[in-house]
Amino acid sequence: MTLIETVGLCQKYGEHDILRDVNLKVEPGETLALIGPTGAGKTTLLRLLNLLDIPASGRLYFDNADVSRASKARQEARRRMAFVLQKPVVFNSSVYDNVACGLKWRGVMGADLRTKVDPVLETVGLSVCRDRNARTLSGGETQRVAIARAIVLEPELLLLDEPTANLDPVSASKIEELIAGIIRQRQSTVIMATHDRSHGERLADRMAVLMNGELTQVGKSKDIFASPGSRDIAEFVGAENIIGGVIIASDDGLATIDAGGRLIEAISDYPDGEEVYACVRPENIILSISASHDSERNSFSGEIASVASMGPLCRIEVDCGFPLVALVTKRSAGELVLEKGKTVHAAFKATSVHVIRRQG
Amino acid sequence: MNEIWQGLIKAVELIVSFDQEVMEIAGRSLVIAVTSLGLAALVCLPLGGLIHARQFRGKKTLVTLIQTLYSIPTVVIGLFVFLLLSRAGPLGGLNLLFTPTAMVIGQALLVAPILLGLTISALSGVDGLLPDTARSLGANGFQTSLVVLKEARFAVMAAVVLAFGRAISEVGVAIMVGGNILGYTRVMPTAISLETGKGDLALSMALGMILLFIALIINFGLNRIQQG
Ligand SMILES: Nc1ncnc2c1ncn2[C@@H]1O[C@H](COP(=O)(O)OP(=O)(O)OP(=O)(O)O)[C@@H](O)[C@H]1O
Ligand SMILES: [Mg+2]
Repeated sequence: MTLIETVGLCQKYGEHDILRDVNLKVEPGETLALIGPTGAGKTTLLRLLNLLDIPASGRLYFDNADVSRASKARQEARRRMAFVLQKPVVFNSSVYDNVACGLKWRGVMGADLRTKVDPVLETVGLSVCRDRNARTLSGGETQRVAIARAIVLEPELLLLDEPTANLDPVSASKIEELIAGIIRQRQSTVIMATHDRSHGERLADRMAVLMNGELTQVGKSKDIFASPGSRDIAEFVGAENIIGGVIIASDDGLATIDAGGRLIEAISDYPDGEEVYACVRPENIILSISASHDSERNSFSGEIASVASMGPLCRIEVDCGFPLVALVTKRSAGELVLEKGKTVHAAFKATSVHVIRRQG
Repeated sequence: MNEIWQGLIKAVELIVSFDQEVMEIAGRSLVIAVTSLGLAALVCLPLGGLIHARQFRGKKTLVTLIQTLYSIPTVVIGLFVFLLLSRAGPLGGLNLLFTPTAMVIGQALLVAPILLGLTISALSGVDGLLPDTARSLGANGFQTSLVVLKEARFAVMAAVVLAFGRAISEVGVAIMVGGNILGYTRVMPTAISLETGKGDLALSMALGMILLFIALIINFGLNRIQQG
């Protein structure tokens, strides 16, 4: 059972390929986060899924019906979904009328309209602005109108395009809570584009990574973070340490990688001579003053190149022949007196290393 | 000076007594202007919507051309329609010259560029994502057009009001293809120019005042529209 499926979907603007061969299946009731850097094609894909644009090639199925081109089926399918656009545009009418319009277009009238719209205004916290012209609302309030307009339709498929972008952190987290509540309460399927991977991680069951118009990886959030499929994804999902090297020995799944003279041990099945990247997440690197953790194979000494504060954490870059970034708490940074120029030992476990084959 | 003063008093008398000739001329003016406006709007509003929505080569040039025609002299339109409808013209067989119908045709042509051009610019003032937003919430094609039109309603109404003002006050077309025939094609602007020449200042001033009054109402309406 799939709710929406794309097969070899491609999109062009003029001569430019914006999406290439996108194959995606979304099950009913699932929440999928579409993540990717800016310009990757997230909005373009959502517009195709909402049947606003016609794909250059490929097929699109909604509830097993082919809605790639046939216009009558497209209109019917579109009425079973709702799309909150990246840039919310409100109609020049009251907040109530804005939220009611989708229902009106579906023929809902009179008292029925009210009993549906008012509770939704309550949910998004806009009851007080009910009769105000929507054009006079703030950015965050406008975003809430846009979400209310969509959820009042009780769509089978809800598409959200960067619902928290361009908002201050407080409004953004309020909107995020609102969306999380909607996902919990309603059984609808949600596809949400975001370039904030942590946002996607918090809300979604599954993630799809879109890079340069191609769907490069789809899977459970934690799998994508733990084992990104390519260097681009690794960078995007925040494996800051991506060290190039060659496998020089492998023994029963344990490989030794030569990274410019320094040896890194990692779990990997690639054969000897394979050119690879060793990826280590900064939070998995342990810093110490004395090399007491000799038991750990991957232990490198180096000078601290920089110290930067990030909220409760410190981001510390150590030059061990290759740059290695570690995240430590402010407290332990203070206890260890980590300062620029100081020599430290950086260590990580072989199981913390994710090995990616170098392409091409 | 005395003559003007007396004419003014008599003009007011003509208006407050609902003088038959004055009312008839004013009424005819209104009917002809409204008809030509309605006709032009029927074609130009949808056409403007179409031009706005479609992307084609030469679109910019077309819009510039339309805007240039805003200020086309009324006598040029008059001449064009005259040639069209005169005995030797392509539509001469219809015998329409010097009829109210000819005036309606002329005035419709006169205001068409204003309606068309201002409709296009009214629609380009609407956010390009608005139609997509409507469609994403389930509006069909017709409902989407209504949303866009509704969003541009103030600017479109302003265009209609402006076009009406031009139609009711012009002389060139009315005199050249209407002929200023008493009781048939005589309208306010042509009556004023004729009666003033004949020395009947009272009638001219009465009609002039009515025209001014209409202009006042139009301006009032425009202001109300622009304030939203
Ligand atoms: N109407 C258009 N005409 C031409 N190019 C376009 C158009 N819309 C989008 N593009 C291009 O397509 C590419 C993908 O755009 P898209 O808006 O889908 O990216 P995105 O992943 O949503 O980015 P963001 O995170 O910034 O919203 C971009 O390079 C963009 O410039
Ligand atoms: Mg986007």
